[in-house]
Amino acid sequence: MEFKTILTTCPYCGCGCGLLLEVLNGRVIGTLPSKTSPVNEGKLCVKGWTVHEFIHNPNRLTKPLIKKGGELKETSWDEALDFSVKKLIEIKERYGSDSIGVLTSAKCTNEENYLLQKFTRAVLGTNNVDHCARL
Amino acid sequence: MSEKIKEEVKKLLIDKKIKGFLGLRETNGHVMPHLFTNPEELEFISIGDWKRSGKARYPLNQILIQLTMAYPEDTFAVLVRGCDERGLIELFKWKQLEEDKIIPIGIGCPDELAKACECEKPFPDCQIDGPKAEKVEGKRVHQIEAMGLEERLKFWLNEFNRCIKCFGCRNICPMCFCNECSLEEELLVEKGDIPPDNPTFHLVRAMHMVGRCIDCGLCEEACPGEIPLRTLYKKITEIVEKEFGYKTGYNLEEKSPLNIIEVK
Repeated sequence: MEFKTILTTCPYCGCGCGLLLEVLNGRVIGTLPSKTSPVNEGKLCVKGWTVHEFIHNPNRLTKPLIKKGGELKETSWDEALDFSVKKLIEIKERYGSDSIGVLTSAKCTNEENYLLQKFTRAVLGTNNVDHCARL
Repeated sequence: MSEKIKEEVKKLLIDKKIKGFLGLRETNGHVMPHLFTNPEELEFISIGDWKRSGKARYPLNQILIQLTMAYPEDTFAVLVRGCDERGLIELFKWKQLEEDKIIPIGIGCPDELAKACECEKPFPDCQIDGPKAEKVEGKRVHQIEAMGLEERLKFWLNEFNRCIKCFGCRNICPMCFCNECSLEEELLVEKGDIPPDNPTFHLVRAMHMVGRCIDCGLCEEACPGEIPLRTLYKKITEIVEKEFGYKTGYNLEEKSPLNIIEVK
């Protein structure tokens, strides 16, 4: 038997509230606000409080999907990435860089968002980059 | 301050009297709940002090309910302050925990914390460590009662108006154990509004604190709107004591006020 709490950052918005996931035998059973986090000082919003609910949800996507014959099918990361690279190169060559737009997410870390905008500007060659908070 | 606690828990673990000790652990400057099952981990034990004494308290009894549900045959020890011990007494009454499966390890609160809480009993009966602070007479309820009725209503409506309906007060409450919650019942509280029905939402919750609130203050600490919830529930507790002669969390034998039928 093992019960512990894991300090982590709320994945929902860009505030970055500190929260504790209550973990019993490897399963997340609850969320508590971190009292020692300087960002939220022991408080959370309703989304942060329910963060643990989606973790073990059976509807959660765990593998990439590619549409084949009009239907989404599970596939490997290698195949999904190769497919995306091929299509992005094709689109860029045929229609130009500005035909591509990239949406990043407030649920990512600063570092991930930095990387994605860098990829968009330096590799794809467009300034069409925005984030989900403006959707 | 936690030396005696460490010794006691170590003994219980080595003698295999308990499955584990639910307490607080400090890692990288963060205090968090933890189930100690190995005596070697005890060097990381914390009593919840961070910046101020008792600033990093957590609803350990609430976690304890979850642990005992998963392991109903096992005995657990738990770190308790005065308020947590009052909580245990009520939770035994409400059959959320079994008395003979819980070993409370008591710590007393320092004066600083007792004053901040305006605590009526800042030490548990099972105290083995920490100071024994004096009872603190409450002022905050009287301050609000000094207002006229109209002014008081305006005050509370204004406070409740900052509610963002995060349910933090309910979620962190060690005494909120219902499977279905009235606050999510559309007939009582309409959905889709922020702030939620004012003052219904908060008064419904206050009513449900009758005979349950043990004045730990975790609700107020968790409130992003800084609503003085503790003052509200202190008043509820005061009414319960005055009208029904019931002191919440003090006596396991005493009948809960909701079980008293008396024609006056």
